[in-house]
Amino acid sequence: MDTSEKTEVVLLACGSFNPITNMHLRLFELGKDYMNATGKYRVIKGIISPVGDAYKKKGLIPAHHRIIMAELATKNSHWLEVDTWESLQKEWVETVKVLRHHQEKLATDSCDHPQRSLLMDRPGRKRKWDEQKQDSSPKKPQEPKSTGVPRVKLLCGADLLESFNVPNLWKTEDITQIVANYGLICITRAGSDAQKFIYESDVLWRHQSNIHLVDEWITNDISSTKIRRALRRGQSIRYLVPDLVQEYIEKHDLYNSESEDRNVGVILAPLQRNISEAKHSNPTA
Amino acid sequence: MSPSLTQKPSPTGMYQVIEGIISPVNDSYGKKDLVASHHRVAMAQLALQTSDWIRVDPWESEQAQWMETVKVLRLIERSRSKTADYPVKHLPLHHHNQLLKSSAQMEDPDPSKTPSASAALPELKLLCGADVLKTFQTPNLWKDEHIQEIVEKFGLVCVSRRGHDPKGYILDSPILRQFQHNIHLAREPIQNEISATYIRKALGQGQSVKYLLPDTVIAYIRDHGLYSSDGSWTGKGKIS
Repeated sequence: MDTSEKTEVVLLACGSFNPITNMHLRLFELGKDYMNATGKYRVIKGIISPVGDAYKKKGLIPAHHRIIMAELATKNSHWLEVDTWESLQKEWVETVKVLRHHQEKLATDSCDHPQRSLLMDRPGRKRKWDEQKQDSSPKKPQEPKSTGVPRVKLLCGADLLESFNVPNLWKTEDITQIVANYGLICITRAGSDAQKFIYESDVLWRHQSNIHLVDEWITNDISSTKIRRALRRGQSIRYLVPDLVQEYIEKHDLYNSESEDRNVGVILAPLQRNISEAKHSNPTA
Repeated sequence: MSPSLTQKPSPTGMYQVIEGIISPVNDSYGKKDLVASHHRVAMAQLALQTSDWIRVDPWESEQAQWMETVKVLRLIERSRSKTADYPVKHLPLHHHNQLLKSSAQMEDPDPSKTPSASAALPELKLLCGADVLKTFQTPNLWKDEHIQEIVEKFGLVCVSRRGHDPKGYILDSPILRQFQHNIHLAREPIQNEISATYIRKALGQGQSVKYLLPDTVIAYIRDHGLYSSDGSWTGKGKIS
């Protein structure tokens, strides 16, 4: 198949990255291999978008540390980068809005510089772009790229997919928009219930062609929670996170019982927002 | 005698691990897909460049033929006790002088006291995954007397692996049961099932193994065309 007929794809992963681990990085590699192997897509970039501090998750350490660790982790990658836009917002940002932000950026980018390959971007350039205000005046439209604008898709593990069922965590319309307008690439343990989960949801079922389930044959249980627990217990996390991340954590003593107590008793931002919006729209509830 | 496993106390404070040794098997072992030992040794060395306590010992792989694991253990033990009287810096690394030197320092908190030949030698234990423990049951793979020597004289540190039941394997074997006090089951609280078999398969299919292997090892595999399905590496653009 001619390369120009393939849809260019950008993989976006949202999450706490508290800290980033080899498992997160593996999600990107697995997602890229899978999408490229379909013959219909060409993955051109991976974006790690750490959540802002306003998310208020228990044990969430300040964003600047999480950003630095993600940058250290992706230092040797030619296609993965860290984006700070989400973490720089004052309030927590819904995932669908992050997707929208990045899709709009790609569209603008594509109009301005149809020939410029996104792979040529230097990582520093990305942050400069974030700090500039979004130019509101419409640019003179140039010839669009023959391949069309790259599509952003949400990369995630099965835990995110299954969190769609947690009451008040997601707005139904957000889930719909994510799978209808963007698409999901979900890396799951072989034999997991992800397919059943999709089957049991009308919204997911309707857009199943936009949900790509990727088998993960290596059980990779390296969750950030377990990493933090191991650190509190003085156990080695070597070879579970990139060396530079392990050294950074050690140097700054980032994770201990104090850090794990952050946001204890505080309601998670999405729950707070969705519950209060529901109350306002239905005052008798 | 009750067939149950005795409850082991938490290992805190009983041992101090001072060195780790990786000893790649000899080429004449004849296992499927085994690449030449000089490659396997080189890759292990690259992987351990940043480690301050694990080393590669190529000695086993450099011998004329394959040797039983117990013989490797015996040889390491023998060379360590022989060198106890010698100043450690004159000895080549594969006699594990480092082992001796650091152990003497570790065991004696008084820095002015010089290490003596009578200082207890560190215990050498075989480190393995639970799958290896299971292979003790495979007919004709291990000699019973060797299994006994390994668990009786040296000791085993066995790391759990998904789909395996090391406690069960121990209970099923009279030899292992008898020396179960010398078999330490290390739990792996964070499961990380990276098998070399999977790695070879992924490489053969041109899939990424980044973040499963150190970058330096991936580069070595690519530069030497190892583990590809047709002998030639095609993943140049896919590595990073």
